[in-house]
Amino acid sequence: MILALVRAFAGPSLYDRVLAGNSFGTKTVLLIGLMGFITGRPDFLDIALLYALINFTATLAILRFFSYRTPKGAPAEPTGGKGA
Amino acid sequence: MIDFYIVRDIVSWALMITGGIAIVSGAIGLVRFPDFFSRIHAAGVTDTGGAELIIIGMMLQATGYPGGWLLVAKLAFIGAFLFLTSPVATHAIAHAAWMTGFKPMQGKDLRYDGDGK
Repeated sequence: MILALVRAFAGPSLYDRVLAGNSFGTKTVLLIGLMGFITGRPDFLDIALLYALINFTATLAILRFFSYRTPKGAPAEPTGGKGA
Repeated sequence: MIDFYIVRDIVSWALMITGGIAIVSGAIGLVRFPDFFSRIHAAGVTDTGGAELIIIGMMLQATGYPGGWLLVAKLAFIGAFLFLTSPVATHAIAHAAWMTGFKPMQGKDLRYDGDGK
């Protein structure tokens, strides 16, 4: 999780950050479930399920939000587009 | 006769440790890979392999709890949801990055094909 956070903060482009956020959310779902089992309260699985739903929706919503902007750290020229 | 609970614990811990190794290796790859599209591969290892292995291990552990089959059903829901949606999210990220002009590194010396460096 810490390595994913490192990529999320130091990622050179926007999509690196989105990808690291998605991976961090998946790890958080697993952490919530495992914490529920370790502390002997498996009711945390409801929270984990809700977190998985919100994580997927948030990733798609962020992508939809940023889909009309040009990335800041794009390593290559845009495809097509002679003028760029 | 082999005790069922000991076998269940051994199998479940083996699954969870394997999943943890997959998650840690995916996170290391997410930091150290040179390209965005190879980082997608590392995140995919985390999302599918590690998550599913850990959830199957937790399902085996959950059969020992009181009212455990409800927990097994919940874990099956979480596992099926992650199994269906994390490839969709990863594909959406890759598609968005491709449409805005990211190119994967190519060749043996790992250079971007566009800028001809």
